[in-house]
Amino acid sequence: MQEIKSLIQDYIKQHGTARSNLLPLLQEIVQQENYLSEDTLVDVAQTMHLSASEVYGTASFYNYLDTVPRGKYVIRLCRNISCMMQSQAEILSALSLFLKIKVGETTTDKKFTLLQVNCLGWCHKSPAMMINNEVFTELTPQKAVQIIKEYKEK
Amino acid sequence: MESQSQKRIELIFGHYSPSKYQVLEKTLQRHPEEIISELMDSGLKGRGNVGFPTGMKWKFARREESATKYVICNANESETGTFKDREILERVPRKVLSGMAACGYCIGAKKGIIYLRHEYGYMKEHLQNELDAFHEFVRKNNFDFSIDIFMGSGSYVSGEESALIESIEGYRAEPRNKPPFPVVSGLYGCPTVVNNVETFATAQVILRIGAEEFLKLGTAFSSGSKLFSISGDTINPGIHELELGTTIEEVVNEFGDKNIKSVQVGGASGYCIPQRLFTETVIGYEGLTTGGSMIFFNNSRSMYKVLHEYLRFFAEESCGLCTPCRIGTQQLLLGIEAVKRGEKPVAYVEVLKKLALNMKTSSKCGLGQSVANPFISILENFKEEILY
Repeated sequence: MQEIKSLIQDYIKQHGTARSNLLPLLQEIVQQENYLSEDTLVDVAQTMHLSASEVYGTASFYNYLDTVPRGKYVIRLCRNISCMMQSQAEILSALSLFLKIKVGETTTDKKFTLLQVNCLGWCHKSPAMMINNEVFTELTPQKAVQIIKEYKEK
Repeated sequence: MESQSQKRIELIFGHYSPSKYQVLEKTLQRHPEEIISELMDSGLKGRGNVGFPTGMKWKFARREESATKYVICNANESETGTFKDREILERVPRKVLSGMAACGYCIGAKKGIIYLRHEYGYMKEHLQNELDAFHEFVRKNNFDFSIDIFMGSGSYVSGEESALIESIEGYRAEPRNKPPFPVVSGLYGCPTVVNNVETFATAQVILRIGAEEFLKLGTAFSSGSKLFSISGDTINPGIHELELGTTIEEVVNEFGDKNIKSVQVGGASGYCIPQRLFTETVIGYEGLTTGGSMIFFNNSRSMYKVLHEYLRFFAEESCGLCTPCRIGTQQLLLGIEAVKRGEKPVAYVEVLKKLALNMKTSSKCGLGQSVANPFISILENFKEEILY
C-alpha cells in the first residue's frame, strides 16, 4: 500500500493535480497493481482534491480500469462475432478447463483472471486474446493453453 | 458491371517514402486556404461512420478566433469488425502524423493528440518513436506543432468525438450536447478538429496526389477509395482498399466464401444486407455510409446469434447517460430473448421495433441512435431465424 501511496504522490508532484491527469494516473496504478482498490481510489481522490465518488465514478466507467481484484495476468478473450465464428467458444472452454476458473474469476494463486471482452480489432486473424498488453491471434485451444503454460513459468 | 476483380488500389498503404516528411514539407509551403480548398475539391468525407466533409470541418475550425486550438486523431477504433486504423498506425504512421500537422497548420493549432484505444497499447512505443522523429522534423522546419499520445481506458462510446474529449479531460466518456460542435468549442472549450485515423491519412494522400487525381476514383457523391476491414466467412480476410461506389455484390464475389446469405456492413452500428439486396446496395455516402467493417455470413450462421451479440454489446457499451439508450438497449436484448423462449408472443417484436425507432430519434448520440440499424435490418430480413 505504501508503494501505491508514493506512486500517487510522485505522479502528482511531476504532473500536478489537473483533472486531465486522473485517467493517466489510474492507468499507471492498474499497470502496477492490476486493479484499483477502494483505499487506492480514496487516496487518489484526496491527493487530487476530488471526492471519492467522483474518482470511483470515472474509474468504473472504463473497461480496463478494474475496480475488483485481478490476477497478475489478465486474459481477455475477444468475443466479437468474427471471433465467435472461428470457434472462440472452444478456446474459452479450453482455458477455463486448464485454469479451473470460469469467466470473471481469478485463480487461487492470483496469477490469472479470465475475461471476455468486446472487439480487440484482430477480426481477420480471429480468434484473438490479450494477456495484459500482449496480443495473441489465430488461436486454437492447444495454442491458447500453450501460451498460458508459458505465462505460468514467468 | 465491371470485371469480377476489383481494381487494386494502394493509396493508403502504398507510396511510403523512406525520405521522411517530404510531402508535409511541401504542404507547409502552401497557403492554408489553398490546402483547405484542395480538400474541399477532393470531396473527402470523414472515414468514420458519419461522413462529414473534412475540408469544411477544417475551414470551420480555421474561422474560429482563439489563441489555443487542438487537433485530435480519433484512434479509439472500437466498432466491431474494424481494424484498419490499427494497421494504418502500425504500417504508415507518418501519413497520419503528416495529416494532423497539415490540419494544425491550416486551423492554427499548436497541439495534436492521438487518442489511442487501450487495446492498441502494444504499439505505443512504436508510435512514440515515430513521434520523436516527427518532432525533430517540425523543429527543423520552425513549425510550432507537437503531438502527444493519450491512452484510452476501454470504452466504445469514446469514439464519439465529444465523449472522446470528455475522456481526455479526465471524465467519464459521456457525449456532450451539440451544438456547440467541437470545431467551435471542443477540448477545454477551445476549437478542436477531431478526425479519424484514416481521414488524416487520406487527407495526406490527397495533398500528395492532388484533388483531381483523387476524384478519378469513386462516384460524384463519394469520391476516392477507402479501406475495408473484411472478416467472417471470407476467402481473403484482411484490409482491402476499394473504390467507393462499389456494390456489395462485387465485394461478395471477390471476397465472399460460398453461400453468403448476408453481409453486416458498418459493424454493430451498421446494417445487415441480405443476399437479395447485394446488387442494388452501393457502398458510399449516397448508399451505405460505413467506417469499413464488413462481416460475411454464410448459410450455416444463425442471425439470431449475430443480433443477440450486437444487442449485448450495445447494452454493455451504452454510457448510461440518456434514458432511451440505457433502458432501450437492455429491453431490446431481454425482448428478443423472451420471444425466442416463447414467453412473449411473436407480435411483441413490433413493440420492440417501435422502441428501436424511438431510440433513433431520442438518444443523445450515435450509439443509441444506431441500435435500430442492425436491429431492424436483421429482424426484417431474417424474421424466422429471430422469432423461432
